[in-house]
Amino acid sequence: MSRALTVVLALLVVAALVPFAQWAFLDAVWRPDAAACRAAHGACWGFIVEKHRFILFGTYPYDEQWRPALATLALLALWALSAMRIFWRPALALAWAAGLALIAVLMWGGVLGLPYVENERWGGLILTLLLSTIGLAVAFPLSILLALGRRSTLPVIRALSVAYIELIRGVPLISLLFMASVMLPLFLPAGVTIDKLARAQIALILFAAAYLAEVVRGGLQAIPRGQYDAAAAIGLGYWGATRSIILPQALRIAVPPLVNTFVGFFKDTSLVLIIGLFDLLSTIKVALTEPAWSGFGVEAYLFAALVYFVFCYGMSRYSRRFERRAESITLREPA
Amino acid sequence: MAAGSKKARALAYQALALAALAAAASFLISNTAANLEARHIASGFGFLRREAGFEVGESFFLRYDAADSYWRALLVGLTNTLAVAAIGIVLATALGTAIGLARLARNALLRALSAAYVEFIRNVPLLVQLFFWYALITEALPGPRQALQPLPHVFLTNRGIFLPVLGSVPQLAGFNFAGGMALTPEFAALLIGLAIYTAAFIAEIVRAGILAIERGQRDAAFAMGLTRWQSLRHVVLPQALRVIVPPLTSQYLNLTKNSSLAVAIGYPDLVSIANTTINQTGQAIEGVAIIMAVYLTISLSISALMNWYNARVAFK
Repeated sequence: MSRALTVVLALLVVAALVPFAQWAFLDAVWRPDAAACRAAHGACWGFIVEKHRFILFGTYPYDEQWRPALATLALLALWALSAMRIFWRPALALAWAAGLALIAVLMWGGVLGLPYVENERWGGLILTLLLSTIGLAVAFPLSILLALGRRSTLPVIRALSVAYIELIRGVPLISLLFMASVMLPLFLPAGVTIDKLARAQIALILFAAAYLAEVVRGGLQAIPRGQYDAAAAIGLGYWGATRSIILPQALRIAVPPLVNTFVGFFKDTSLVLIIGLFDLLSTIKVALTEPAWSGFGVEAYLFAALVYFVFCYGMSRYSRRFERRAESITLREPA
Repeated sequence: MAAGSKKARALAYQALALAALAAAASFLISNTAANLEARHIASGFGFLRREAGFEVGESFFLRYDAADSYWRALLVGLTNTLAVAAIGIVLATALGTAIGLARLARNALLRALSAAYVEFIRNVPLLVQLFFWYALITEALPGPRQALQPLPHVFLTNRGIFLPVLGSVPQLAGFNFAGGMALTPEFAALLIGLAIYTAAFIAEIVRAGILAIERGQRDAAFAMGLTRWQSLRHVVLPQALRVIVPPLTSQYLNLTKNSSLAVAIGYPDLVSIANTTINQTGQAIEGVAIIMAVYLTISLSISALMNWYNARVAFK
């Protein structure tokens, strides 16, 4: 029975994969030649080859595109360092500060002989990475405060935290992005303006903080009562106990679900396309609007899916490795 | 430290929080009032009664034309949101349950295929998937005259998907199909995308729910002479549902909220119509408030419904 099922399934897989391979590889056109693409039966990867600079860097000045390229590599290196346990020490914060300063100099320029490039021209992969990195960096401390607030014994603080978290989690991210793009300018005093990129970043931060707060709260709830009592017994006040005893343990427990939330947030940054920002998905969509290359959406979005998948799958694998390690630690402890 | 001073400090913290909130609110409100006046933007919901003047691509239950009011346009958007969410929830639950069960199947190939599905779908943004399905329907499918016909009377074309309904089958008439039920490319892409995306998350919930049931329950079922399928159907699943329902609810809410991505592929859901309304009237605050109020109402109602269900199935 099981063997018969295997045979049937294998046949179905082959029946699906053979035409796909035919389309994606054998009949595919890799040269950036739109006419050849239209003549061929296969996929048109030439579109990606032709447009790769625009997809990766958006409308950043062509001759200066080594700068976002370098900034992208620097950001990826920082993430890779942060993923390694041996670097989990205070110096890591310094590395981030230095790295972000370097990225700011590279992206904006205006110093060291680099021509100034305004945010409106930033785009592509670096925009996606920056929106998610800065979003997480600011939202994470906020989320800790919100989670502590939700578990506070002070009724007003608790009510405000619950209201914020539930309000944000109850509405779609798009409504927050709309709010940031059309309502935020009305909230500011006359003469003060903030650009579109900063507005979207604010909406993403407000959004991520609410979701991360619930994950942090989960970690806080896993800390047994005795830890609070022990902290009080050695004379620590609320903030002392929270900072030295409770949070370090709670955050450690929360690492796997936190990374999963990071993955979700990374995917969600693609929504900034709807309010007209040039993130990775947006540059791909815009590249398709050129008449010569229109009609290759299937290839374009498969490519987008592949890029997002590489990042998200990497993070998911990392969180799973962590889960397993956490399990093995708890198993060893009683011995 | 005296208990009195601790209490005083607690009160001071809370008073400070409220004062900060009030200060921020009054700052924002006064700025907004000044800005609205400077830009001559009207406020209030009076615009709802005015003529909308734009067409809406499709409407499920209500008749609508451009001479109708904004109010009616938004109502059409809401019914469109509810329609795609309701059908999406049914499809995602069916597909997700099947894949969740397949993840635990004895057959190794079936397990591997379902695991690959979950990993791939969960790690690609929904918006990318929606664009992909929309491109696939509008670019890769043939025109109505060369329509693909995978099942009798079911036609796949770049103009949409045509299905038979009771007493009416789609027939080629001129350049398009008539009769039966027509799903526009926008609706079909949104529905397929939402169902396939959410199914991957539901599959993991179903799998975790079944794994949470003690092995002994299954052994006992086998000992009673139930088959593998019967023990799943009568012993494991009913108990697993208690574990499954709460996270399943939040997936249903996610699907409903995610249906707002419709605006990106041009399906006229609530957000898309509210967006058009904001662009035409300039009344951004009211438009965003309507979107948020509607979604909060939906979220809270589904939560309430699921809490009621949860209380009913809980161990007594």
